[in-house]
Amino acid sequence: MRQVELEVLRYNPETDREPHFQRYRVDCQEEWVVLDALNHVKETLDPTLSYRWSCHMAVCGSCGMMVNGEPKLACKAFLRDYQGVIRVEPLRHFPVERDLVTVIDDFIAKLASVKPYLIPKDKAPQAAEYRQTPAQLKRYKQFTLCINCMLCYAACPEYGLIPKYLGPAAIALAHRWNRDSRDGGRDTRQEEIAATEGAWECSFVGACSEVCPEHVDPAGAIQQVKIESTVDWYREHLMPWLRK
Amino acid sequence: MARSNKPIVWGPFAAGGTLTAFLTPVLVLVTLLQPSGLSYESMHALAAHWAGKLALVGVIGLSLWSAAHRLRITLYDLGVRADTLVATILYSATLACTGAAIYTLLKV
Amino acid sequence: MKTDGMSRKPYVRAITSEWIFRHPRYMRYMVREFSCLFIGGWTLLMVWGLKQLAEGPAAWAAFLELLKSPASIAFHLLTLAFAAYHSVTWFNLTPKALPLQMGEEFVPDWVIAGAHFAAWAVVSAGLLYFAGAL
Repeated sequence: MRQVELEVLRYNPETDREPHFQRYRVDCQEEWVVLDALNHVKETLDPTLSYRWSCHMAVCGSCGMMVNGEPKLACKAFLRDYQGVIRVEPLRHFPVERDLVTVIDDFIAKLASVKPYLIPKDKAPQAAEYRQTPAQLKRYKQFTLCINCMLCYAACPEYGLIPKYLGPAAIALAHRWNRDSRDGGRDTRQEEIAATEGAWECSFVGACSEVCPEHVDPAGAIQQVKIESTVDWYREHLMPWLRK
Repeated sequence: MARSNKPIVWGPFAAGGTLTAFLTPVLVLVTLLQPSGLSYESMHALAAHWAGKLALVGVIGLSLWSAAHRLRITLYDLGVRADTLVATILYSATLACTGAAIYTLLKV
Repeated sequence: MKTDGMSRKPYVRAITSEWIFRHPRYMRYMVREFSCLFIGGWTLLMVWGLKQLAEGPAAWAAFLELLKSPASIAFHLLTLAFAAYHSVTWFNLTPKALPLQMGEEFVPDWVIAGAHFAAWAVVSAGLLYFAGAL
């Protein structure tokens, strides 16, 4: 058992003009994560505390928040890794709806805009199942691991500075579909990810890949998009006869 | 949204970044050590040869371009919002300096 | 109590430049970016040197003397450090931007980066040799 002090950002849109911090002293088990501490607060100390969570095992992507200034999944932030007061804030770069709940509309819209689903190569209905070799699967597998937790958006300074930026996860997921041998939608997605607000706002800070709990490496995906888009651009402008 | 023309400036940046990664440290070391290769005779021979001129312009131009592009991004990161103005100034200065280098080399 | 479109009033937190100091990784990024000032500055110095070269042996000798001044030495040492940092970060990031799939597996990052570092060593040694420093 261990007593942990949490400093949690509180914001009630109906009564508060701006957020403030509230401290809670919690008796915790040694193996607990920040999410366990929050649940304990909500169950025994303060039922008004609001936050998102679901699976408690780092697969759903719901519980992203700032723990001591770092974007973390609350279910994957072990109390034993922290000393002193633990500051818990909503995920950075998103508006605060209430307490630790953020407004994620921007991310959802951007994700939808890159069409993160299979766009068949031809319009005719399939005759049989898609066939894919292990090598073809491996080509994009890493980018399928994204759980849409938005930690990368909180870590990315460019997303903080440029609200229109598509952001790491959206571009990585577009790249995932572009590299899928079954897919034929790259041209469509390029309109979004090769736009100025797409991959080009990235300056390869690399923070997104560092905080990603699933090791998707969105930074790598974005650089690959930049290179592919550059090759496309020079081919299109310097060798127009190659145009389809 | 439409596809950006950023590749025009990013392509040379990537090329310049790669070039400076391979060359700049050793070139700086050479100008520090000032070995025999830096004598007037050797350097003049290098700059007089058409291949030498081409190499010098290539290295100078791409090094300056990648530095200018990076500076543009950095200024934005630091809060300077006038990106178009900054870009115009920096890229123009790069082209001007590269032009000056070409002009100088033509006289050697 | 309002149930229809409850009073939503999302709070937008301001962004300041202090993000740079929030974690070592952002400061390391800024150091990497600032290398451009030294690499660019040194290149401009060399453009100036070219001009001196074009003016003849006396001007070139004066330029070489200028390079030996304490200020110049200090600038060169700083540039060397920043340029090396640029090189190391650039080569370490290359495998992320240019993944190489051979068969089913990807070539490991350390192989791609290692090849670049090896080439860097060869190019540097070669240039030092041809410049008469080795």
